[in-house]
Amino acid sequence: MASIWLIPFLPLLSAALLLLSMGRMPRSLAALMGAGSVGLAAVCVALTARSFPGGGDAQELTLWTWMAVGDFVPRIAFYVDGLTLVMMSVITGVGFLIHLYSIEFMWEDESFCRYFAYMNLFVASMLLLVMADNLLLLYMGWEGVGLCSYLLIGFWYRDPANGQAARKAFVVTRVGDAAMALGLLLLFTELGTLEIQPMMAAAREQWPVGANLPVLATVLLLGGAVGKSAQLPLHTWLPDAMAGPTPVSALIHAATMVTAGVYLIARTSGLFLLAPATLEAVAWIGLLTLLLAAFTALVQTDIKRILAYSTISQIGYMFLALGVSAFASGIFHLMTHAFFKALLFLAAGAVIHCLHHEHDIFRMGGLRTRLPVVFWSFVIGAAALAALPLTSGFYSKDAILLSAWEMPGIGPWLWAGGLLGALLTGIYSFRLVFVVFFGEARTEPDRRPGWKIALPLAVLCALSVVGGWFALPLAQIFPARGHAGVPHAVEYASMATPLLGLFIAWLLFLRRRIDPARFVASPAGQSLRDFWFRGWRIDSLYDALLVGPFKALTHWWRNEPVDAFYNGLVALSRWGHRGLNALQNGELRWYATGTAFALLLLLAVMLRNAP
Amino acid sequence: MDGLQVPLDHVLFLAAALFSCGMMGLMLRRNIIFMLMSLEVMLNSAALAFVAAGAAWGQADGQIIFLLILSVAAAEVAIGLSLVLQIQRRFRTLDMDQANRLRG
Amino acid sequence: MIQALFYGAAVISLAATVAALTRTNAAHALIYMILSLLAVAVIFFLLGAPFAAALEVVIYAGAIMVLFVFVIMMLNLGEEGRTRERAWLGGRNWIAPGIIAALLLLELVLALSHVPATTRGVMVAPKQVGLTLFGPYVLAVEIASMLLLAGLVGAYHIGRRFIVRRREQH
Repeated sequence: MASIWLIPFLPLLSAALLLLSMGRMPRSLAALMGAGSVGLAAVCVALTARSFPGGGDAQELTLWTWMAVGDFVPRIAFYVDGLTLVMMSVITGVGFLIHLYSIEFMWEDESFCRYFAYMNLFVASMLLLVMADNLLLLYMGWEGVGLCSYLLIGFWYRDPANGQAARKAFVVTRVGDAAMALGLLLLFTELGTLEIQPMMAAAREQWPVGANLPVLATVLLLGGAVGKSAQLPLHTWLPDAMAGPTPVSALIHAATMVTAGVYLIARTSGLFLLAPATLEAVAWIGLLTLLLAAFTALVQTDIKRILAYSTISQIGYMFLALGVSAFASGIFHLMTHAFFKALLFLAAGAVIHCLHHEHDIFRMGGLRTRLPVVFWSFVIGAAALAALPLTSGFYSKDAILLSAWEMPGIGPWLWAGGLLGALLTGIYSFRLVFVVFFGEARTEPDRRPGWKIALPLAVLCALSVVGGWFALPLAQIFPARGHAGVPHAVEYASMATPLLGLFIAWLLFLRRRIDPARFVASPAGQSLRDFWFRGWRIDSLYDALLVGPFKALTHWWRNEPVDAFYNGLVALSRWGHRGLNALQNGELRWYATGTAFALLLLLAVMLRNAP
Repeated sequence: MDGLQVPLDHVLFLAAALFSCGMMGLMLRRNIIFMLMSLEVMLNSAALAFVAAGAAWGQADGQIIFLLILSVAAAEVAIGLSLVLQIQRRFRTLDMDQANRLRG
Repeated sequence: MIQALFYGAAVISLAATVAALTRTNAAHALIYMILSLLAVAVIFFLLGAPFAAALEVVIYAGAIMVLFVFVIMMLNLGEEGRTRERAWLGGRNWIAPGIIAALLLLELVLALSHVPATTRGVMVAPKQVGLTLFGPYVLAVEIASMLLLAGLVGAYHIGRRFIVRRREQH
């Protein structure tokens, strides 16, 4: 259908107009264009979905040929199937709600137009990424979202710390992007095309399962996914990225950009199925990240950092799902996570907004009675995050854990790790709720949220609850997975663990039966808490391993020894010049001596050569 | 009367010795007058060599060249000494080491 | 005995030249110089070149050296001139010129030592010189006269007293 090109085009047009207006557009018009364009795109997505009976044939639309160089002819073309539709709905739907929220959140900011321009540009790039027909266009969207992430993290650029956080995000994801580019080159060289469906068909024909080439190509693509989705070892940028405005964190670092890696692996699943070793690596990366981030979130005090580490952990679950070839479950969890994590971030933003920019949870408290809408949003969001029964998170996480159990060999270990992660998730999410909303109020809110904040929160609450009952049109793309051979004990354990986590959090933080301060006070507890607080000291590791040697190297080479050759030439010619200059001192006697000396030499030469 | 018959190389040795003395004087003395005098010595030694060679061949060419050298020396001395007068007037000294304004 | 005359004159001219170049008094140096030129004139005469000998005395010693004498008298160097010269002729100044001149002499001697000829011993009369001069070498005569004209004009112009203009008149 012709209108699918409108979907990325509308936000792109809005971004261009907002940028060209150079900040002089009146605020209401900017808000209308900014949020309205994404809303219209969401309507177009809905229309496309209606004309697309669940799991029908994919739609393709070619706009034009990008370039034609020999055999390499990439096109600007879109490919919309069930997977794309799911992603587009999430991006435009949740995106629209976040844009609406941003109008009120950013109303007093002086760079209102710039904000919406960057947000729209981000939405356009992300849509380009998911709708791309070939990997080159996908990579362009990939880079676009990376750029917008940098621009939006460092949005309040006058504080240099924000700029540093933005640069850190960009550089760390760049490492992954470089690996991905190498992967693209490899795929093109071996398979001759970058269009996704023909490429996967060619790969299935040419490469046997488990051969070196698919493993290499998928490992490189995995590098890109790991960077963008903030998994081990490239996850260090996401907690620092919380320096940006909260709606940015909600949109980019919870719902959409960080899921781009998951989308990439799901989209090229045909390739990954040819490389079981890589899939196993994906599962292990997911598991380790999940646990590491959950432990770290347990001891954080900044409300946004808790949610950031929680995001890293949940994307670990998605990677775990992909690693055990449960692609549909991974995408399902992506969607539900978008709902409840965006809800949590927006609610956290409302708390920060109403408490004049307070971030430390131990300085909040008792907000249950003062901000009721926000309280209920948090409760529902935390319940979905912890996967309490009947929330959307429950269905998606349950599917992942059961699929993990079924994996031959390492399955039970993966399941056990996932279970531990679920326990920790329960603990830290309800720790957050109990500390912020119960107990005595240490900071009083100075305003109430308006309808533009409350409405998106309400809609996302509803989605977090009912989202588990959506049937995703993924049957044509990924094979269906039933969970017949799983023992009932495993299922019951998966259901009970989040409740156990809620209970422990209740004991520690609400009832205070067991006081956590006693554990922390001992020296072992102190160092453990410190270790977890710093994200298992991985930042320090990178500092020592990479940043330190780099700085030492640049310090050592600050005199530019490579230029020594050319500087040496200059010095030589200067020396010669000075020398010759000294010879011409204007004295007659000296010249006469020189002439005599030359005469001496000439005569010597003549005498030597004479017969 | 007729001339002597001397080995030519002895005469040329004398010319070489006079030339080296003149060269040494040119390098050694700072006063412009003495430098001009050294130049005259060198010219003289060259002239001696020419005349001796002419006598060795028994032709007049050596003396003709001697005449030309003489006119060169005369012209050079004339101009050189007028330069000396100007130097004395402007620099108030005859030290050639002071006249180094063409240094570069 | 006649040979001894030649060697005697050679020694005198060499000694006189060395003396001339190492005096502090300019006038003394000039006298020694004239002596050297006269000795060389004797050598010319002995070699059978009377015309050259005559010219040496008349023009070289008689005109050029006299010109030197005039200028030195005009400059009026005096006692402080002699003191200055003595200072300039100090020990260290002799090293480099001495070495270079000695080496030069050595090389020249080496170069000139394989000449097997001797002088003929005939006299070349002035008449013969004149015929050769205005015969094959007449162009050289003309050029020499132009050279002398240039020398004349140059010497007159350079030796003038120039009027130093005052700055206000510009």
